[in-house]
Order: sequence, then structure tokens, then C-alpha cells
Amino acid sequence: MKCAVIRFPGSNCDQDCYRVLRETFQLDTEYVWHKEKSVSAFDLIVLPGGFSYGDYLRCGAIARFSPVMQSVIEEAGKGKLILGICNGFQILCEARLLPGALIRNASLRFVCRHVTVRVENMDTPFTNACLTGTLLELPIAHGEGNYVAGEADLREMNLHRQILLRYADALGQTSREANPNGSAQNIAGICNRRRNVFGLMPHPERASDSRLGSQDGKAIFESLLHAFGRREAA
Amino acid sequence: MKATVIVMPKESVLDPQGVAVRDAIQHQGMRGVKEVRVGKFMQIELEAGVDTEKKLHEICRDLLSNPVIEDYRLQVIP
Repeated sequence: MKCAVIRFPGSNCDQDCYRVLRETFQLDTEYVWHKEKSVSAFDLIVLPGGFSYGDYLRCGAIARFSPVMQSVIEEAGKGKLILGICNGFQILCEARLLPGALIRNASLRFVCRHVTVRVENMDTPFTNACLTGTLLELPIAHGEGNYVAGEADLREMNLHRQILLRYADALGQTSREANPNGSAQNIAGICNRRRNVFGLMPHPERASDSRLGSQDGKAIFESLLHAFGRREAA
Repeated sequence: MKATVIVMPKESVLDPQGVAVRDAIQHQGMRGVKEVRVGKFMQIELEAGVDTEKKLHEICRDLLSNPVIEDYRLQVIP
């Protein structure tokens, strides 16, 4: 599995993603500068976290028009696996590869801490290493992670089980107290209907090494490996 | 030639900044403030005589605002 980590001006989780893919999972991984015109050579495309273009205008609004994004959109259309973490999730929403948008946290505060998320659907390339209902402890670090979408979109996403992660408490209840940013329906991560594009606010790449306090994030990357293996075998 | 663009959060979208500003105004002792919504005002300088209104609407829709959460108003001043 050949992996690309896209670098925008202002990306700052690119090295974390690269390290996990390359060193923890021993995958062939390359950085791709946002001015590149093609990512067709890759099987997995990661849009890392950070503050692309200084978050000017809206988070992800300018990055979405980077030259590389045209190719990311094309590859998404072909069914390639796309993972957007934090700012990457914001870019995927701005690019309309995922429904909805991420606005200012309801508290107006930047939130940086570990949270618990509940896996809502194990039947996707991003979550198949978990069981539905599994709780993962992952770090979040964002000021604009408050997920909003129209009622029709929310209905559609629930119907097609596109909501993959919800903020939950230690018992797995998706309570209001467990919601760190005001997201609709405690949404922490969603995929598209075709299930090849996944965006999430928590950082699995910062929770893939025991020295960092949690290894729960590895489940996301393990899932991708399984999914790719199955695709190759098919 | 000039164009001005106002971008506002949609009525249906909660505006946390607006709520905080409203609370701050109330803390100043002003009464009767029902709601505050925070948006953006953009001013664009253009070369004269170019027929750009259609293109500007595209730019407003695709870049300057996000139709999922925001509405925009464009005004072109000759």
C-alpha cells in the first residue's frame, strides 16, 4: 500500500502521520507538496492536521483550491482511500467530498485533550479492526471542530451509517457532557456514502505509540491495511 | 470599480461568536439586545469596465462563503 501525506503551507501533523505510516506500519509513504498535480500513484491519501493557509477565510477553504486537491477529488471519485484528520477533515468538507461543515467550538475555546469516541460502524475500510461500540481514547486539538450539517444530510448519514465516530463518556454514552465542541449528534468522524473518504477531528496518528499515552489510534490504520489487503485479493 | 461582499452565518446555524458578543454587550449594561450575529465584510477592488458579476457570484459561492453554513450578499459598485 503506497501512502501519500499531503503537505499544505501550515500543515503541522504531517510528520506524525508520516512516522506512523512509515515506521509503525512499515508502509511505503511519501510527502506530497500541495502544488503537485497528481496523487494517482498512491493507494491511501492522508490530509493531515494543522492550520493550512493560516485558517484564513474559513478552515480548509483555501487549501481546497490547492492544485493537488483537484487530483484528490478525482481519486476519491475512483474509490481510492482518503483520510482527513482534523484540518484534513475540514478540507474534505470544504471540498464537498464530505457533507456538512466544521464551525467554531460552542465554547469558543481551543480544546486540547484526550477524549473517548465510540465506533458506530465497523463495516468500513477505516474501522474494520474495531467492533461497533468499541471505545477509543484519542486526542483532539482544535478550535473549529463543531460539526454542523443540514437535517436532510444528517438523516441521510444516519440512514447509510456514515457516522463512524461519536464523542462518548467512559461508559459509552453519547451524552452532552461528553461532547467537547458542540458537534451535532456528538459527531467526531464521518465517511461518504461510498465509504472511501473518512474525516475525523481526533488524531489517531498521535495515539499510535504507547509512549504517547494511547495506542487506540492504531485501529484506524490497521483497518486501512486490512481493507487494502482485501481489495488486492479481490 | 468595487465589489463588496457580506457573508453571514445562516439563520439555522448556531453562531457561537454572536452569542458571546451578545453576552458581552449585556455585561456592559445595555438592555434589550436580543441577538448578535457575527459575519464578514470583504471589499474587492476591480479594474473598470470588466463584466465580472457572474464570475464574482461563483467566487462568492465557492470560496468566499460556504453555502452549508453561510449566506452571502454581493454588491458591485461601478
